Amino acid sequence: MSEQTELSGLKAWLSTDVPASRFQAKSIQFYLGWLKLVSNPLAFLGFLILLVLVFCAMFAPFLAPVDPLTQDLAKRLSPPGVNGYLLGSDELGRDILSRIIYGSRITLFIVTLVAVTAPVFGLLVGTFAGYLGGWIDEVLMRVTDIFLAFPKLVLALAFVAALGAGIENAILAISITAWPAYARIARAETLTIRNSDFISAVRLQGAGTLHIIVRHIWPLCLSSIIVRMTLDMAGIILTAAGLGFLGLGAQPPMPEWGAMISAGRKFILDQWWVATMPGLAIFIVSLGFNLLGDGLRDILDPKKSKS
Amino acid sequence: MLFGKTIAALSLTTALVMPMIGAIPAAYAETPPNMLVVAHRIDDLISLDPQEMFEFSGTDYANSVYQTLVDYDDLDFSKGFGPSIASSWEISEDGKTYTFKIAEGLKFASGNPVTAKDVEFSLRRAILLKKTPSFILTQFGFTEENLDETLVAKDDSTFVLVSDKKYAPSFVLNCMTSAIASIVDSKLVMENEVDGDLGNAWLKTNSAGSGAFKLTSWKPNESLTIEANPNFSEGVPAMKRVIIRHIPESASQRLLLEKGDVDIARNLTPEDVAGLSGNEDVKIATDMRGRIMYISMNQSDEILSNPKVVEAVKYLIDYEGMANSFLKGQYVVHQAFLPLSYLGELKDKPFKLDIEKAKALLAEAGYADGFDVEFIVRTEQDRLDIAQALQNNFAQVGINASIVQGTGKETLGKYRARDFQIYVGAWGPDYPDPQTNADTFTHNPDNSIEAKLTGKLAWRNAWAAEGFTERTEAAVQESDTAKRAEMYVQLQEDFQKEAPFAIMFQKTEQNGLGASVEGFSMGAAITGSYYGKVTK
Amino acid sequence: MTSVDITPEARRRKAASPFVRRIKRLGVVLFSILATLFGLLFVTFLIARVMPIDPVLAVVGERASNEIYEAAYKQLGLDKPLVVQFFYYVWDVITGDFGMSTLTARPVLQDIARVFPATLELATLATIIGVVLGIPAGVIAAVNEGRWQDQILRFIGLFGYSMPIFWIGLIGLLIFYGKLGWVGGPGRLDIYYVDIVPSVTGMILIDSLIVRDWTIFWNAVSHIILPASILGYYSLAYISRMTRSFMLEQLGQEYITTARVKGLSETKVIWRHALGNVMIPLITVIVLSYATLLEGSVLTEVIFAWPGLGNYITNALLSADMNAVLGGTVIVGLVFVGLNLLSDILYKFVDPRAR
Repeated sequence: MSEQTELSGLKAWLSTDVPASRFQAKSIQFYLGWLKLVSNPLAFLGFLILLVLVFCAMFAPFLAPVDPLTQDLAKRLSPPGVNGYLLGSDELGRDILSRIIYGSRITLFIVTLVAVTAPVFGLLVGTFAGYLGGWIDEVLMRVTDIFLAFPKLVLALAFVAALGAGIENAILAISITAWPAYARIARAETLTIRNSDFISAVRLQGAGTLHIIVRHIWPLCLSSIIVRMTLDMAGIILTAAGLGFLGLGAQPPMPEWGAMISAGRKFILDQWWVATMPGLAIFIVSLGFNLLGDGLRDILDPKKSKS
Repeated sequence: MLFGKTIAALSLTTALVMPMIGAIPAAYAETPPNMLVVAHRIDDLISLDPQEMFEFSGTDYANSVYQTLVDYDDLDFSKGFGPSIASSWEISEDGKTYTFKIAEGLKFASGNPVTAKDVEFSLRRAILLKKTPSFILTQFGFTEENLDETLVAKDDSTFVLVSDKKYAPSFVLNCMTSAIASIVDSKLVMENEVDGDLGNAWLKTNSAGSGAFKLTSWKPNESLTIEANPNFSEGVPAMKRVIIRHIPESASQRLLLEKGDVDIARNLTPEDVAGLSGNEDVKIATDMRGRIMYISMNQSDEILSNPKVVEAVKYLIDYEGMANSFLKGQYVVHQAFLPLSYLGELKDKPFKLDIEKAKALLAEAGYADGFDVEFIVRTEQDRLDIAQALQNNFAQVGINASIVQGTGKETLGKYRARDFQIYVGAWGPDYPDPQTNADTFTHNPDNSIEAKLTGKLAWRNAWAAEGFTERTEAAVQESDTAKRAEMYVQLQEDFQKEAPFAIMFQKTEQNGLGASVEGFSMGAAITGSYYGKVTK
Repeated sequence: MTSVDITPEARRRKAASPFVRRIKRLGVVLFSILATLFGLLFVTFLIARVMPIDPVLAVVGERASNEIYEAAYKQLGLDKPLVVQFFYYVWDVITGDFGMSTLTARPVLQDIARVFPATLELATLATIIGVVLGIPAGVIAAVNEGRWQDQILRFIGLFGYSMPIFWIGLIGLLIFYGKLGWVGGPGRLDIYYVDIVPSVTGMILIDSLIVRDWTIFWNAVSHIILPASILGYYSLAYISRMTRSFMLEQLGQEYITTARVKGLSETKVIWRHALGNVMIPLITVIVLSYATLLEGSVLTEVIFAWPGLGNYITNALLSADMNAVLGGTVIVGLVFVGLNLLSDILYKFVDPRAR
């Protein structure tokens, strides 16, 4: 019984109209966001998918039926369910299910690292350029343009080539190709915001440039950036696979999903499962990101806090 | 705001157009009867100049567009070389002077007659241009300085070739069948010369031959189109036009073949071949090719230069397992450096996967617990699969192998710089004579790093080839064919025991053909493919 | 900062006459284009040099002896210092010479004139599909936020967007070409139609219309429709989502409420006022997505055997075909700069405030 009272006490604490502390206020905001997330079935589905991804990555050794690297040439290309391979076996007779489960680690690693680098940097460049204007804008945007104008693969390849092949460097290279798009979006948003009344009001109150950008402009840019970011995630996973395809990403026998597809695509007409299973994995995870991002957009948007 | 309306209008248009697209008659009948359409990967083609090109697609092209002094019968290679531009030839007593009689009445596609002057021009051109395949001719001692004595047209119908030493005649004549010995139309080429380049720039994208076809157009990475040469001496081909389309994906090639949009699909996987087996409109042609797959160990590496380690590695390869699984239909187990069907071929396969034996050998070498090693592999699915299978077997004796993949040029660069430990490689012969492979696998006159004999595999692996080098030189001068063959057999037997190369496989090629296609030659292990006798 | 309304920049602008201002502006624009292109070239040049791929090996191949290698090395001008190479190159480019490609044995400009129209055709059609279907979908989703229309449209968009392109491409070919025979196979035309219509723009759809050859036009359509739809699906997903996001912002604004209160019809409120106001960020989005497509989608081009720019640049890069890489980069760069300029001009056209 005491547990339940505690729970309802927490609920009350989280739904009060007069928060007592900054922490409580933040918690309430978070809780309200959570409620909205739960009430949006698509977004919640996305959230669940990503939860499963994280779970798989964390407990891969316990979840995978066998070692992802064990080969058995005699049982290669077994269809799903045959020879004890739940999702079939690949061209070297490795268990596809185990490889996908272990591969979730790599995918999570790629996605996290790109997500904490490229959008942040892009936001920084874009908002400063947009808000400050003048020659700073001119210079920052020229640099952005140079990077944007590069064929992405050329840029990524060159950076990996210079830094050495491997998954970390591939991620870095992807971030380098990804940030300019965020910068431009952030700038476009900033341009529409910077002359608005409330920014003028804040400025009149004597707020410094840095303060305005960080506290007032960034939150407003965030929704577009997040929408863009979640939409990019699928592409990022595939770009990592593309680099792997050129021998610059994950090195074999690492069970990277994209590399698994490209190894399996020559069997696609008859042994469809070899490419399709990792393809489905990528598809589901991308869908998860996209669904969640789409929902987050509504939740994070400060401009329309109706409730 | 016009925007909303524009969008609405566009939406409407799309809505109207979409169903119409669905309604177009799906009139994809077969390809026209006198046109041959081939799906092939031709991105290795970077020049059409026969005195310059060296890649696989290049050899195919040279076969179709150019003729050589002597040539093979493309439908029966066992006959050996026979007359082509040369109607007959004589070899002098000392075995150095070859006198060729040029066949009468031959014409180039341009209408110009084929004369001994053209032969002289073409062979000299190969020496003067100094392109990659020129070694095939320079190994007979031809140099820029002695051309006036060594490669000479005595008159319009007599051509004389003088080599520096006495060589096996079969060796000399075999080399004369290779792409670099193609005879070009000297008049036409020289009309297009720029800055003394002997027409190199022009011939890279044009043709000037007397073969079955002439070039219509070459769009790199897109298509290569050739059309029948009306002046061809052996009869104008039935196919008036041959279009080779660059289709990189094997699955796409197969779809095109099944739909009848191409007549020949040249890069099918074993799984595609199996998938096509029930299809009555399609047949599969299989041919042995000359390409050899091997792994090699850098002898400047401390561990890998231990002979026991080298031997152990040869027992750590699951030859049969690979050939019967992911390489099925594409490679057969073969453990000697000369391809089957070559003079001196060796069929022995002394090695098989034997983990216990390998363990024992490693223990003898002092590496009972294994060691760390790195493979460099070019990014190509077959080779990556081989490398991963090897990695798996190596792990069973404690050898921890990592794979570093790279593009073809990247790994090749490392290989040529001796900057690697184990290389997963392939080698295709340049001309149909045992010397082509012996020269690279077993000939290394100077193993020092300064010598930079980067064209030779023995040098790249820092293998001094002691004893082998001299025997290779002796074999190429032996004019008794049976004796010569025996020399190569022994050379290969010793090579299997000692050399830091583990030869694993020889290529077989499986092509999908439309049911009515006849007369197509893939070229066996000897040469490139030939479309001149195709009918359908 | 004493005055908020008049920034120093604005004051300066007021002082100058409109004509001088315009000239100055043009100068700035031209300068920034040149600066971007120069920066682009310089970075590409450096990149091509740090790559571990040997350009000489691409030319001479596996068998080359050291002498032949050295000769080719010299012939490519690689023995000269980097700075000298760069300035030689820039000088040639200024005089209109982009050099020869080592892979195709012909001038880079000629190559690009061949491959770029193929990409342009595909990207344009894909973008049209994306815009025509994406914007209305986004608007409808925003207007019906949270309702079934919204959920369905969003799911459709996200569904396509989450699929790996080479997988969906091959499956699409298998079904629509292999099994149903509704569309043409890989390549731009059935082989016996190739090289029949004279190449004017290099885009077969347009070239065939010029000479009114309907057979070839429809054949080209049947080949392009599948890759264009797949690429279009991607840009549709992106455009519709961004449209929805921007629209939601606008629909929450006061002027919309005002307009509704004033009794304007809902159609007018949504399609004219709200949509009109999201055009600025939307144009950026469309331009970015178009520009990305123009770069060439390598995987799509490989699967559909589409001889486009993406494939060309990638092949060139992997063989360190310097001139081709640089030429391709310049083209992609020009396209970006050009499209950005266009989007700037469109801004001004669409949004009076930005003038």
